Amino acid sequence: MKKIPFPQLNEQLYFEKLKNGLDVYILPKKGFHKTFATFTTKYGSIDDHFVPIGNQTEKIVPDGIAHFLEHKLFEKEDGDVFHTFSKQGASANAFTSFTRTAYLFSATSNVKENLRTLLDFVQEPYFTDQTVEKEKGIIGQEIQMYEDHPDWRLYFGTIENMYHHHPVKTNIAGTIESISHITKELLYECYHTFYHPSNMLLFIVGPVDPREILDFVQENQRKKSFSKDMEIQRIRKEEPDHVLKKNRFISMNVRIPKCMVGIKGNFIRQRGREMMKTELTVQLLLDMLFSKSSGQYEKLYNEGLIDDTFSADYTQEENFGFALVGGDTKDPDRLAEFIQKTFHFVKKGEILTEEQLNRVKKKKIGTFLRLLNSPEYIANQFTRYAFNGMNLFEAVPVLETITFEDLMNVSEQFIDENRMTSFQIVPK
Amino acid sequence: MENIVNRNGITFHFIRTEKYKTNTIVFKMLAPLIREEATSRALLAYCLQSGTNTYPTTRELRSYLEQLYGATFNVNLQKKGENHILSFSLEVANEKFLFEKEPLLEKALHFLREILLNPKTNGEAFDEGIVQKEKRTLKQRIEAIYDDKIRYANMRLIEEMCKNEPYAINVYGVLEDVDRISPNELYEYYQKALSEDQLDLYIIGDFNEEEILEQCERFFSFSARTERKRMERKVKKEKNDPMIIERQDIQQGKLNIGYRTNISYGDYDYFALQVFNGLFGGFPHSKLFLNVREKASLAYYAVSRLESHKGLLMVMTGIEPKNYEQALSIIKEQMEAMKSGNFSEEELVQTKAVIKNQMLETLDTPQGTIEVLYHNVISKKNIDKEKWFEGIEKVTKEEVLDVAKKIQFDTIYFLTGMEE
Repeated sequence: MKKIPFPQLNEQLYFEKLKNGLDVYILPKKGFHKTFATFTTKYGSIDDHFVPIGNQTEKIVPDGIAHFLEHKLFEKEDGDVFHTFSKQGASANAFTSFTRTAYLFSATSNVKENLRTLLDFVQEPYFTDQTVEKEKGIIGQEIQMYEDHPDWRLYFGTIENMYHHHPVKTNIAGTIESISHITKELLYECYHTFYHPSNMLLFIVGPVDPREILDFVQENQRKKSFSKDMEIQRIRKEEPDHVLKKNRFISMNVRIPKCMVGIKGNFIRQRGREMMKTELTVQLLLDMLFSKSSGQYEKLYNEGLIDDTFSADYTQEENFGFALVGGDTKDPDRLAEFIQKTFHFVKKGEILTEEQLNRVKKKKIGTFLRLLNSPEYIANQFTRYAFNGMNLFEAVPVLETITFEDLMNVSEQFIDENRMTSFQIVPK
Repeated sequence: MENIVNRNGITFHFIRTEKYKTNTIVFKMLAPLIREEATSRALLAYCLQSGTNTYPTTRELRSYLEQLYGATFNVNLQKKGENHILSFSLEVANEKFLFEKEPLLEKALHFLREILLNPKTNGEAFDEGIVQKEKRTLKQRIEAIYDDKIRYANMRLIEEMCKNEPYAINVYGVLEDVDRISPNELYEYYQKALSEDQLDLYIIGDFNEEEILEQCERFFSFSARTERKRMERKVKKEKNDPMIIERQDIQQGKLNIGYRTNISYGDYDYFALQVFNGLFGGFPHSKLFLNVREKASLAYYAVSRLESHKGLLMVMTGIEPKNYEQALSIIKEQMEAMKSGNFSEEELVQTKAVIKNQMLETLDTPQGTIEVLYHNVISKKNIDKEKWFEGIEKVTKEEVLDVAKKIQFDTIYFLTGMEE
């Protein structure tokens, strides 16, 4: 077991790679009641085209299948796993993102029993034709709930504008039509391809003894047999640099119009420290331009173009990334124009100052410390970073290395008229 | 865990723990929820957070917070029973984790003082520009509830169910009232609130209590006050329409059902009510989740929630509009099953364990701890952590059945699509 200390943060992380390839991380947290564990596979909605394990030919699977699989793992021959967790006083959940599927529980007692339940239910799939059919009604309602939700539509609409082929543009849950094609055979095929321990990470944070927990996990894994781990072959179509659509709007049953400007990222195939630095730099850039302390925010707020739903975010993964800026607005055209102009000014060397950079850096460090109060944040973000070859606890040191020159270079590369888009939701 | 210090006009609550990397401050102002004041209160909270005489614009104010290692600062409005509560929250990094040692907690307290006691004013009025902007945003905030159909349906159920009761008033106030408030009137209301509201300040984190108490006394001194009369807990007399259907251009129907529990926080049977709700619809092992979602495959979410101070139980679910009758009858069956004691001893034990787990998790977050403790202020009860856990543990099946007898159906609200 490897011990990784972070003295400035007063944290110690423990790590072990098990024989079957599973990465296990344990972060003891004194004083907390709760133990939180996530068991995550590097498999999300974008993994829709691949060579199934044991096959020679590639395959495209229905949209929404990773999310469907997440739902279905909870159901076993003897009932629902939620029940088992409840009996053990724990609450369980799961989520599917573009790149990951995570299963998690939090418990203040019976930690080992719950950990066993977590490992076992994820590693023992049970799908039948009947239970697969039944789930279609439930997920159908989940899809419709999101269809009626304007903020979700705004988010996805902007991403759809950006991408020509990349599966990040397809809804994570799929559509009622696409999930109608899902069968138990397809679920098993996806499962066996992506749920091998070597494609997964277990993170445990809470008031635990790391040695004891690791022994317990090792013992549990030793009893199970897995095929030899093989490289997963994911297939991706070439994605053009420019956005698919420059502007688009839809109308919905809302009272306040909504507008989002997106910039499609072009930092593809970065990993590790380089990726972390780019991601943090773009986030700092957005903070400088659009946080509440910026001149732009002040101007937009004073003119009544934004309210407190306004936000600016950047996220990057191995083969896609995007910035999204926007929110509720009385005048979506003017807001879109203002945001796009702001980016152009940056490109011309205006707006940004070194003093501002130092201030938002400080803010980001404080934000990071605050987020470390949250076991959920640590486990989820640590996993996301680890899947991209980064270490969450290096965020502060990396932040400290970012200079004004870095900021200008990244802006120069990132901001480009051809990679910008805007999307609006207007009242019917 | 909580050390309470009563001073003139304000109560300080200190909770010391080494769990966190930050210190959290929450200032709460409580007054009765009434239509005449609700909109002014909401507007007041947002105006206070927008500028002070030292930091006259949001930009300057937020820049200062960034200097404090990105201290977070926000206001939040709540109604708990028929009380309207304004909360001002700050969270700052604990200086012991930073290279530069700055007295961040003291600076944060001083900042809060600025916000509360030195707002940007012009004589006996709030700054006109700020008021005008915040009115605009407040109106937008009220209107935007319509856009989120889950929130909208919850709000509409309460409006219908509690018609003519103060609880029907939205925390943001009333749209038509916003424009009427002048900067002068708002300032008058501010004076009234400062001298009459019940004030509580919570600090949670790793700090030197003596030092912080001294700072609190220096920064926050108020005039003594007598308590404003709270609303009587009225059982409503008028019979409203028990079945409301509203149509909009949407895909998913929202079926919400309201019940009166006739029990509120601190009552002898409050713990049994918690257990009732856990069995009925609070969790993924509850009757609603199992029967509406897992068995009938009708919904993605099917839950029940308690409003502990007003004594309401609300069922919420999102369904295909055509499945309305089926969903409603399943929900009614589950309520009947509860009333006839159709749950096992094992389920009872399981539900208690999950409720206790949920509480412990809440107590792991600084904001959660404060919210839990504040229930005692609202209800004037003194239920500490031990009493709470003991209370849940002791609940028997008979007590849950007694609670079930007290629960009365009130109103069905169904938001559905345009097609008949």
